[in-house]
Amino acid sequence: MSKVTELTCIRCPIGCAITVTQDDEGKVTEITGNSCQNGYLYAGNEVTNPTRIVTSTVRVDGGELPVVSVKTSGDIPKGRMFDCMKAINKVHVKAPVSIGDVVLKDVLGLGVDIVATKNVGARRQGQAEGADIG
Amino acid sequence: MADRTAKIVIIGGGPAGLSAASSAVKEGVAPSDVLILERDHVLGGILNQCIHNGFGLHTFHEELTGPEYAERFEKVVAEEKIPCLLDTIVVNIEVEKGPEASASPDGTGAAAGKAGDGSGNDEAAPVAVCDRKLVSAMNKTDGFFTIEAEAVILAMGCRERPRGALNIPGYRPAGIYTAGTAQRFVNIEGRMPGHRVVILGSGDIGLIMARRMTLEGAKVEVVAELMPYSGGLKRNIVQCLDDFGIPLKLSHTVVDIRGKERVEAVTIAQVGPDRKPVPGTEETYECDTLLLSCGLIPENELSGQLGVKLSGVTSGPVVNESLETSVPGVFACGNVLHVHDLVDYVSEEAAQAGKCAAKFVLGKCPAADAPERVVPVIAKDGVRYTVPSEIRLNHMDELQTIRFRVGGVYKGASVVIDFDGQVFRSQKKKILAPGEMEQVILKKSDLENAADLKAVTIRIAQAE
Repeated sequence: MSKVTELTCIRCPIGCAITVTQDDEGKVTEITGNSCQNGYLYAGNEVTNPTRIVTSTVRVDGGELPVVSVKTSGDIPKGRMFDCMKAINKVHVKAPVSIGDVVLKDVLGLGVDIVATKNVGARRQGQAEGADIG
Repeated sequence: MADRTAKIVIIGGGPAGLSAASSAVKEGVAPSDVLILERDHVLGGILNQCIHNGFGLHTFHEELTGPEYAERFEKVVAEEKIPCLLDTIVVNIEVEKGPEASASPDGTGAAAGKAGDGSGNDEAAPVAVCDRKLVSAMNKTDGFFTIEAEAVILAMGCRERPRGALNIPGYRPAGIYTAGTAQRFVNIEGRMPGHRVVILGSGDIGLIMARRMTLEGAKVEVVAELMPYSGGLKRNIVQCLDDFGIPLKLSHTVVDIRGKERVEAVTIAQVGPDRKPVPGTEETYECDTLLLSCGLIPENELSGQLGVKLSGVTSGPVVNESLETSVPGVFACGNVLHVHDLVDYVSEEAAQAGKCAAKFVLGKCPAADAPERVVPVIAKDGVRYTVPSEIRLNHMDELQTIRFRVGGVYKGASVVIDFDGQVFRSQKKKILAPGEMEQVILKKSDLENAADLKAVTIRIAQAE
């Protein structure tokens, strides 16, 4: 018996409707409906080993903002998202932080880093944390 | 008298304003002749709080987060040294009439100002004849001041529909936020607005916040959507709700909010085809937070004051192929024009507005008195509106993108372009939904070759 899965591709905003067919052993035998290679790879992964990018925030000490936004530098297994969040939430960084700064190396040993996605400058003297927040 | 002058004033330093600015400079306007006015203390607009990924696939061919996407454009603005005034709010825009066209007996004098002959020679093209725009603004350093501009680009974005506009019954306790407010709390201020959440409305920000708050440890009980279809992108339903097992209840709305100091529970009920709650279908969820993601409205208070003609469908200005509003020299782009799903398309649209505004101030536009063929673009049969809503053939680029939204969910239907009632092109679509903006592209030659073309119609033809 082959298994057919209908997916909406999340790799880009087009959101192609992709159909993946797998054989008895779970091996992907056919992928249709995708309009690019990314979609092909996504669909194949999604039924065998689904992965996601995780985005969140990390506390900043002495920053003009209390948190800096971060992301995983690559895909992580979908099932590890909450573990990844736990690891991210333990991190504190010191201002200033720049886009691309690694705030946590090799998260959970998954081979991807947590990197900053925003520039957060150091708080100026006399400036309260988040004072600029309107 | 104005306190300062600029050729192009851009109102709003979000994705639309930034892209418009860099595009105007690329087209040949001196950076020092452009001025960006931004209300916030930083550029980037809403992108600063959109920390999720999925931006830039179209523009940069890589997947970026909102702040990273904004930074790419901010960098260009900084490198080009385009002046920006931050913490500055615009309070009024008005048009100061230039000398009347009738002042020159042959009727060509006034037109020469913005039309010119492409020579860019100031003497040949006296700029004083075009209507000046006076932009009044204020900030802490300069107080109240006025800027005189030749062109204005409206890029003020949109606002969320608040509770007051939704007629939700029940108490008014703390714990009710628009999804965007919650997004700002969590992503910029580092605070969680609550721990057990019900979301009304399936707009993209609500879906994104369902995932975000879930990842931060909150329990999102349900997303209720009044309409029988989602207001957000399908991919966001997949990656923000399905991934976390959050139920989406279509044709449901909030019928009661309990709690006096703080939200304690929210009751939702199914609605019938008349969108009225069906008695007996109520379900109550204990929660401490209600997020509202019930639509975005272009922010056109300034445009309205200026006398720009607004569309009843989009609440944004009515524009031509150059994204120019009914007031000559005033252009609009991004969410102030019509609400977009994707920032990539905002950037693209804004670049077009920036380019057209540049042509306007550089005198590169066809002469105003040149014979003009104007072709209206009409939305029909399921297409709610089009941007632009008319094309002036002699101003048209080689390719013209027409963006639109549909009013319902269509499976296997076709997007049909009619030229004067005759099918010009038809494209079959697997699915069309109100939550996803669509576009068609017309070639200038297509329109030129259609002799005596009176109107272009965009419509949906349902599958048999």
